[in-house]
Amino acid sequence: MSAHLSYGRVNLNILREAARKELREFLDKCGGSKAIVWDEYLTGPFGLIAQYSLLKEHEVEKMFTLKGGRLPAADVKNIIFFVRPRLELMDIIAENVISEDKMHSPRDFHMLFVPRRSMLCEQRLKEQGVLGSFINIDEYILDLIPYDGDLLSMESEGAFRECYLESDQTSLYHTAKGLMTLQALYGTIPQIFGKGECARHVANMMLRMKREFAGSQTQILPVFDSLLLLDRNVDLLTPLATQLTYEGLIDEVYGITNGYVKLPPEKFSAQKKQGEAGKDLPTEPKKMQLNSAEELYAEIRDKNFNGVGAALSKKAKIISAAFEERHSAKTVGEIKQFVSQLPHMQAARSSLANHTSIAELIKDITIRRLLVLCNRGKWIFSLSDTASEAFFDNLTVEQEFMTGVDTDKVNTYIEDCIAQKDPLIKILRLVCMQSVCNNGLKQKLLDYYKREILQTYGYEHMLTLNNLEKTGLLKPQTGTRNNYPTIRKTLKLWMEDANEQNPNDISYVYSGYAPLSIRLTQVLARPGWRSIEEVLKMLPGPHFEERQQLPAGLHKKRQQGENRTTLVFFLGGVTYAEIAALRFLSQMEDGGTEYIIATTKLINGTSWIKSLMDRPEAQAS
Amino acid sequence: MIRGKPDEDDYWNSSKFKAFTFDDEDDDFTRLKESKRAVNSIRSLVEEEDEEDDVEKVSWSGEPVGSISWSVKETESSIRSTGEVRDQSFPKIHTAPSLPKNSSGYSLSSLFKGKAKTGSFQSFSESFGDPSIRNYAPELRKPKSEYKDYVSDWTPEETVKRMQQGKVYSLEKFHSLQDKLLLLDEAVNAHDGNVITAVLIYLKKSLSKEILFRELITREIALRHYIHYLKEIGEQKLLVELFKSLDRTEDMALMQYRDHLNIRDENKRRDFLKNCLSLPFSPDDATHVQDHYTLLERQIIIEANDKQVESSGQADIFKKYPRKASILNMPIITTLYYSCFYHYGESDGTFSSPANIRKTFRISDKQFLLTCLGARAKLKAWFDVDALFTTKNWLGYTKKRSPIGFHRIVDILQKNNAPVQVLQDYVNLVEDAEQKISLAQKYKCHDVIINTYRDLKDRQQLIVYRGKVERGSSEYRKIEEILSNSQIRWKN
Repeated sequence: MSAHLSYGRVNLNILREAARKELREFLDKCGGSKAIVWDEYLTGPFGLIAQYSLLKEHEVEKMFTLKGGRLPAADVKNIIFFVRPRLELMDIIAENVISEDKMHSPRDFHMLFVPRRSMLCEQRLKEQGVLGSFINIDEYILDLIPYDGDLLSMESEGAFRECYLESDQTSLYHTAKGLMTLQALYGTIPQIFGKGECARHVANMMLRMKREFAGSQTQILPVFDSLLLLDRNVDLLTPLATQLTYEGLIDEVYGITNGYVKLPPEKFSAQKKQGEAGKDLPTEPKKMQLNSAEELYAEIRDKNFNGVGAALSKKAKIISAAFEERHSAKTVGEIKQFVSQLPHMQAARSSLANHTSIAELIKDITIRRLLVLCNRGKWIFSLSDTASEAFFDNLTVEQEFMTGVDTDKVNTYIEDCIAQKDPLIKILRLVCMQSVCNNGLKQKLLDYYKREILQTYGYEHMLTLNNLEKTGLLKPQTGTRNNYPTIRKTLKLWMEDANEQNPNDISYVYSGYAPLSIRLTQVLARPGWRSIEEVLKMLPGPHFEERQQLPAGLHKKRQQGENRTTLVFFLGGVTYAEIAALRFLSQMEDGGTEYIIATTKLINGTSWIKSLMDRPEAQAS
Repeated sequence: MIRGKPDEDDYWNSSKFKAFTFDDEDDDFTRLKESKRAVNSIRSLVEEEDEEDDVEKVSWSGEPVGSISWSVKETESSIRSTGEVRDQSFPKIHTAPSLPKNSSGYSLSSLFKGKAKTGSFQSFSESFGDPSIRNYAPELRKPKSEYKDYVSDWTPEETVKRMQQGKVYSLEKFHSLQDKLLLLDEAVNAHDGNVITAVLIYLKKSLSKEILFRELITREIALRHYIHYLKEIGEQKLLVELFKSLDRTEDMALMQYRDHLNIRDENKRRDFLKNCLSLPFSPDDATHVQDHYTLLERQIIIEANDKQVESSGQADIFKKYPRKASILNMPIITTLYYSCFYHYGESDGTFSSPANIRKTFRISDKQFLLTCLGARAKLKAWFDVDALFTTKNWLGYTKKRSPIGFHRIVDILQKNNAPVQVLQDYVNLVEDAEQKISLAQKYKCHDVIINTYRDLKDRQQLIVYRGKVERGSSEYRKIEEILSNSQIRWKN
């Protein structure tokens, strides 16, 4: 289940094992049979750490989701609540505890806070008069969750909003804590680079924490050579663009949560055995796990979608050929060998079938339209039914903006989309993109867009527009001149001849646009940031470099030609396309650097904008 | 298709704009079919074999069998069903308020999502246990006196560290204002939101708000945490006072305005919005709030009236097209559409007339035209559609004008199933000849095509087109007629 975590440059399975060990220790503290009551949100992240079997080994017999009222009957000694520290959850737990029938089933209560215990929550339990019923209250520190062989995520959805809109830096504190844990396992990271206010902050906290723990230096040879901390608001542009890698598009269209995607079942039903077919057609979405444990997926996930078809057909030929070998297997030995390979071949076949289906689904949607107009009994004019080129039009406009075409004028496509009542998030993504690419919009233009949006989608969205302005995604142009063209040219953010099939530059992930964040990473590795001082000054927040002293004898002696390992931490979220670009850099023959990626949350433009909306559920469709 | 681009292909193939090339013939995705075929051909083979179970088991919903979320569902469903058989009186599990899933589980903002309780958080001085035994709640019930000796002398720094580590601590010994502020600054330095907030709650309790506000002004981070905390526990009044003392009146106004979202009853909502009008918004936002109020006020009037008219069966329009939903709380453009649909032609004086709405809410010409067009075309009121574009000049000639390209008008009409006779009038108005022809071909407006080729004196194209229409049809005859017209000086 977790082997894929150890294939990478850095064995992230160590981190997972550490987390599992801690979980076992906690479970063993509560002796006897147990039932776990889950805060449903946590089952996703926990799934990345442990399976039910681990819990079972430690006498977990039942599991429930947290709900009000009475707890279900279960003949166990212990009831353990696994919850986030949130006040409303405390109220539900209190309800559970109070309505427990003490005569019939004397069960012990335990509480595990994830990722931190909270004094305020405990206070709430006390007010409800149930704190004393808990035998054991503990915390399970789950800061950085190993997501894949080269990827760590805090799975903290609100981090960007908290840091940049509400100025709540708690998630930065957890980031620093997580990085300290990482250093305890993988050694002190000698060099820290950073760009942005939050990056500065995290670095300061890390240095401070290190001073505080000065006595307990880890005697581990450093695995990471350097750490790069990047603020999301240094590069607001990239997440707004539509990702064009396979994994990125799956995320754009269906959304990937905790490594899983839910897909419409129709395309997959044929895969069921014929005996079962027709019994009941599946109506539930098909849920699939997506990570590098699946060989084929690891191969195609980071390709530009235009290259996926070719890769799949190549794979199909290989698998067909492998199955054909059964005819040539003559001797018992050969047959035996063929049979022994069958399970692997079958897994490869079903993997191929799945991804062929997914690629078809995506192809259909990108060809037809990315976003569907819904009509749930609301008054919507029927302007757009057959806009088959919507996806392309959307891409064209994005690319116009990114290349700096007419970013200071009313964009007719945006106008049309508003007139058609396309989903508000789509509009906001585009308007924000225009603003970012123009270093702010002229007041008149900004007012025009705002009026159109409020009139079409409802005045209450002025709250959301205000949020976007506060985070800098949308802003009026101030006196200063538009510096985006300079940034674009200096960092080569637009490549005319991006090769999607056999890429030679990171710009392939957006079919021409090279993500700014990744360019900064690339330049840092070679030739260094000194070469782009001017541009760095145009981007928000300070840039800096810090060195951490290593204990004597732990200085790494690099072999000739050995790559450096850099941990890139995206504060406020990272997209799959950016990850793909970093993986591409890791694999470059003369790259010289391999990257491990960490982030507060995996995001895309839609989930990102949504996190900044006030009452997204109340949005007009 | 709104952005009709006849040169679409050139556009996409030019190097400047790249996108997917999904050309049918040699594209990548025909290969998808290949791989699908391969998969299918393999399947028959595989099914003969006994499937071995080295492959990870996956339930239909996709969770690997044995994963946590799968197991939760499994044990839960078995418990629920067996529980009911065994014990009839097993109480039904109440559906809990749905748990918010969206925000992170990590931070301040997530700590306080909940109903505010008055008088909460009285004291944090009570311990939560000694480090070694802190996990055992019975320790909580130890008499306070036991802690007294070693609680007394911690510095702000030590206290904050103990709070971070979940150890026993006391805030109440920080008596003087200076001590309290030192404690606060230390908490801010630690950047731990949980601790900062705990200290702020203590200060809120033990300091007068004037003093607390004054001190917070110079402590930006603490201030932000305080604001956030007040928001989460819903201390609206205090927050308003704080914003006032900070001179952040626009924030205050927006925050108060936000509350209208929680009001379901439309009359109460309207009254609330009316009260918002006097809040110190920025000039732009003030206009929007005014419009919001005016809109809801009108919607309430229109809704009451139309409901009554509809149920009394007086008006044909409601009989023919019963209303699908209430107009309350819909955006202004939707309201305008509704008005153009049900209240077209009413005099400017009525609240529900399109003209009045257009004027009151300063709707742009484009938006007005598009909305109106959509509604009238939906009703197939082609005469109204015509009138939308017709202008008279001072000589009395009529001319059709539009703030939007006529190619878009054609698209909209076509989507509303306008007959060819109507469509071709508008196709004719498209200025660009090429675009005109491509639209005409798309919608089969033969006359337009034939006339355009004639005007272009393009004999070749006309001959080609003759081959496409039905022999002997009126179009065919028309082409024949033109081709045999010796007056025309063909260019080819």
